[in-house]
Formats: sequence, C-alpha cells, structure tokens
Amino acid sequence: MARQVKTRNKVIVTIAAWAVGIAIFFPILWTVITSFKSEADAIADPPVFLFFNWTLENYVTVQERSDYFNHFMNSVVISVGSTLIGLLIAVPAAWAMAFVPGKRTKDLLMWMLSTKMLPPVGVLVPLYLIFRDIGLLDTRIGLVIVLTLINLPIIIWMLYTYFREIPGEILEAARMDGATLKAEILYVLTPMAVPGIASTLLLNIILAWNEAFWTLNLTAANAAPLTAFIASYSSPEGLFYAKLSAASTMAIAPILIMGWFSQKQLVRGLTFGAVK
Amino acid sequence: MATKHSRAAARLMISPAVLLLLGWMIVPLAMTLYFSFQRYNLLMPGMEEWTGLANYQYFLTDPAFFDALTNTLLLVGGVLLVTIIGGVMLALLLDQPFFGQGVVRILVIAPFFVMPTVSALVWKNMFLNPVNGLFAHAAKALGLQPYDFFAQAPLASIIGIVSWQWLPFATLILLTALQSLDQEQLEAAEMDGAGPLSRFFHIMLPHLARAITVVILIQTIFLLSVFAEILVTTNGGPGTASTNLTYLIYAQSLLQFDVGGGSAGGVVAIVLANIVAIFLMRMIGKNLEA
Repeated sequence: MARQVKTRNKVIVTIAAWAVGIAIFFPILWTVITSFKSEADAIADPPVFLFFNWTLENYVTVQERSDYFNHFMNSVVISVGSTLIGLLIAVPAAWAMAFVPGKRTKDLLMWMLSTKMLPPVGVLVPLYLIFRDIGLLDTRIGLVIVLTLINLPIIIWMLYTYFREIPGEILEAARMDGATLKAEILYVLTPMAVPGIASTLLLNIILAWNEAFWTLNLTAANAAPLTAFIASYSSPEGLFYAKLSAASTMAIAPILIMGWFSQKQLVRGLTFGAVK
Repeated sequence: MATKHSRAAARLMISPAVLLLLGWMIVPLAMTLYFSFQRYNLLMPGMEEWTGLANYQYFLTDPAFFDALTNTLLLVGGVLLVTIIGGVMLALLLDQPFFGQGVVRILVIAPFFVMPTVSALVWKNMFLNPVNGLFAHAAKALGLQPYDFFAQAPLASIIGIVSWQWLPFATLILLTALQSLDQEQLEAAEMDGAGPLSRFFHIMLPHLARAITVVILIQTIFLLSVFAEILVTTNGGPGTASTNLTYLIYAQSLLQFDVGGGSAGGVVAIVLANIVAIFLMRMIGKNLEA
C-alpha cells in the first residue's frame, strides 16, 4: 500500500515538474524552432510548431547581412580575454589570502566585494569620457579592461573559497620534505587548485558573455559583442522574427551549454560562498 | 607558520589586484563626484563652470526622478516577490523524487544563461507583440482582444521578463539550501503528526530563511541596475512609465549629454545602492567568520 502511494506521488510530481520545466524553457525552445522557419511561417496565425518547411536560410542571411561572425568573435575575445587576465591577477591574490592570511585579510576581501556593489551607472559618465579621450570607445581592448575590472572581485572571491578548502597541512608536509616555494606551488597546490580555477573560469566567461550594460554603452559597430549586436534588432526595420531567432540562438547556444556544466559552481560563485 | 618572508611574498601577490580595484573605484568615483558639481554639457564644450548643488537640486526635483525612483522600487520589489515565491514553490517541487530530475533541472536553470538583450527581444516580439506575438494569437483564438503589453502595462511587462530571467537563480539557490536540510528532522516531525503545512512553516521555511535573505540581497544589487531590458523594449516609455533610475541617468548623460546632471544622478544611485550593500556585506561577513 505504502509503496503504491509512493509511486503514485512520484508520477504526479513527475508530471508537475516536467510541465513547469517545459513552460519555463518554452521561450528558448520557441526561439530555436522559429530560427528554422521562413519569415512567413514565423508569424503565421495559428502558429506552426513543427510542421513547416525547415530552413537554414536565416542563419545564412544573418551572417551575410551583418557579419555575424565578427560580433561572435568580439564576444569570444572579450569574455575569454577578460576572464584570463582576471585569473592572472586573481590567482596570486586569492592564493596569498587563503594560505598566508593576515589580520587584514577579511577586511580586504570585504572591501573587494564592496567595489562590486557600485552601481555601474554611477561611473558611466567618467568612464565614457575617459574612453572617448584615450580612444578606447568601441574597441575590444576597452571592453576587456572594463569587464576584467568588474568581474575581478567575483573571481578573487570564488578562487578564495576554493583555495581555503585545500588543507594547509599538506603544504606543511611538503615543506617538511624540503619543497621550495616554487615546488610547493607547482606540484602540490596547482593540481589541487585546478578544479576550482576551472569552475571560476567557466562562470566568469558566462558572466562576461552576458554583460549588457558596459557592452551596450561603450561599443558601436566595430567592437560590439553579441549583446549589443542583438540589441540592434529592437529597431523597427530589424523586426524579422526568424532572423532575430537565428541570431539569438547562435548567441545563447554556447553559453547555455557551458552554463549547464557550471550549475553547481553558479550557486557558490554568485553568493560569494554564502550558500554552498 | 607564516614567516616574514612569506608575508612579504603574499603582500606582493595581492597588491596588483588591490591597486587595480583601488584605481577602478577611486578614479571614476572622484570624477563623478567632481562632475556632479559642474555645469557641464557635451553639446556646449568650454562652458563648464562650478555650480555647487544645482545639479542635485535639478535632478532631485525633476518629476522624472520621482517616477524613476518609484519604478525602480516597483521593479525590484515585483521581481523579488515573483522570484522568491515562485522559487520556493519550485524548489519544493524539484526537491522531491521524480523521473528525469537532471533534465528538468537543466530546463529550469536555462533562462539564467540567456543574455538580457536576447530574452527581452524574444519576449517583446515573439510573445508580447500585440499583432504577431504568441499571446496575441492565443487571445484571438479565444475570441479576446489582444493586449498591447508594452503600451498598456510597460513596467509590469518588464517585471515579467526580468522575473523569468531571475527565477532560475532563486530556485537553484533555494533548492541547494533545501537539499542540506536534515531529512531525519522532517521524518521525526511527520511521526509526531505534523502535517505538510506545519512542516513547511516550522521546519523548512526557517531553514530557508538564510538562503532567502541571500537571494534578496544579491538580486537587489543586480535589479537596481536593470538596463538592457528597458533599452530594447520600451526605451523607458511611454513617457517615464518604465524608466528606472539607471535608465534615467543613462538618458540624462548619454542622450541629453548632460554630464553634470547625469553625474549627480550617479551619486544618488551610488548612495541608494550602498544602503543595500551594507546589509549584504554584513551577511556575507558573518558567514566568513563561521
């Protein structure tokens, strides 16, 4: 009897959970489907779900008309570049704070976090003017610099929470055995730190890829990543659902896949270790 | 066993990060503060002059500021309400055993990874458009008049879109917190005759309180700065019906080229965000000691 009730409950929960999951995912699914339609099918009433002439023409048109690949590469360069530079600066800092903590370490960490809470619009004007004056407006380098700086606190924090979990005794043991600082870092710490660094890398590429305040305000045609490129579809002449869908699908697909891999790190990274 | 030598090395390793962040914080902040006391419009170069608090007076007494402040609060509050309540319900549902847990989890988390401009445009055109949107098709099929979402309820529509983006975040964090709940405690309560409701209110909700607080604080930081969703859907309109503080300052600085006024607005936004930040920092700081 009890088992029967349990199975029935499980079936009900299964149906409810799948219904909610599909409803939440539906806009993305609909976008992907629409990207394979002709423009006429895309706005057909009643809407067509699966039975239409599937076509790849939108993907071709989007590339031809607007040099989609260039914007895609901007996104790649900006998100990967800013994350790698950020890691380069953050790994030593997080390492030092985790393994050689001083009296001020906690204050320092909190202060770094506080810079993240500065609303971007509060420094929009000066940054825009600085960028204009030194010629960084609408350049990849300019955006790499800004995104490195805005994500640096998150990178340091994530690395710090990972590094702190590496047992200190293992370092002492290595030191006892006569390991130099270099050997300690290279052969003891690095292998243990790689998973944490990889998760940090992944999450930060996602955050940088989707960043849509600075990318919209500091770029025009040349360095515009996908966030800014897609925004150009908001003008009336850009109202082509199938093409909008194709551009959108290509913009979100890589990050969606990376995102699914980093679900667990997401919680930890975005709550600064407050929820694990 | 930190030696003097390793302390010096540590300081050396930390300093690049500290110097960069320090520069990043102080230089633009000082400039914003300085500009906010200047009469400075990009369309009138060479006319800059000290105006004292005039920019603040102008910004704070502008009716648009009051609208923007109200809209900001409604936007933050509305999204928090939807995502927290929805998130708790979803977390409770997904925490139970069912077939295909992994896949459903992936479906639910997906909107969080969609870039803001894409989600806003997809919702605006393919769902909420009064002529060709799916909702309009559905309304017509039911014999109803299609609803022009962005004309008649612009702010509510944006709240809806932003909630869709943030619901996965709230759900994921609350689910993580729920999974750390001691199952034995629940079973014991059940044995003692506690119904599902009292188990929820007396055991689960108190356990989730901390995670809910974290969700509220972190989302608030991001929601105060919602920008792309407004830019590509309504441009803050009609009128100021969907202008939040971030968008107002953007419009003042980069559309009207009023550097002084925009900077004064920026300072106001920083002050408001700081009030939220203080609470968040306290929470995270406490956790650091634990």
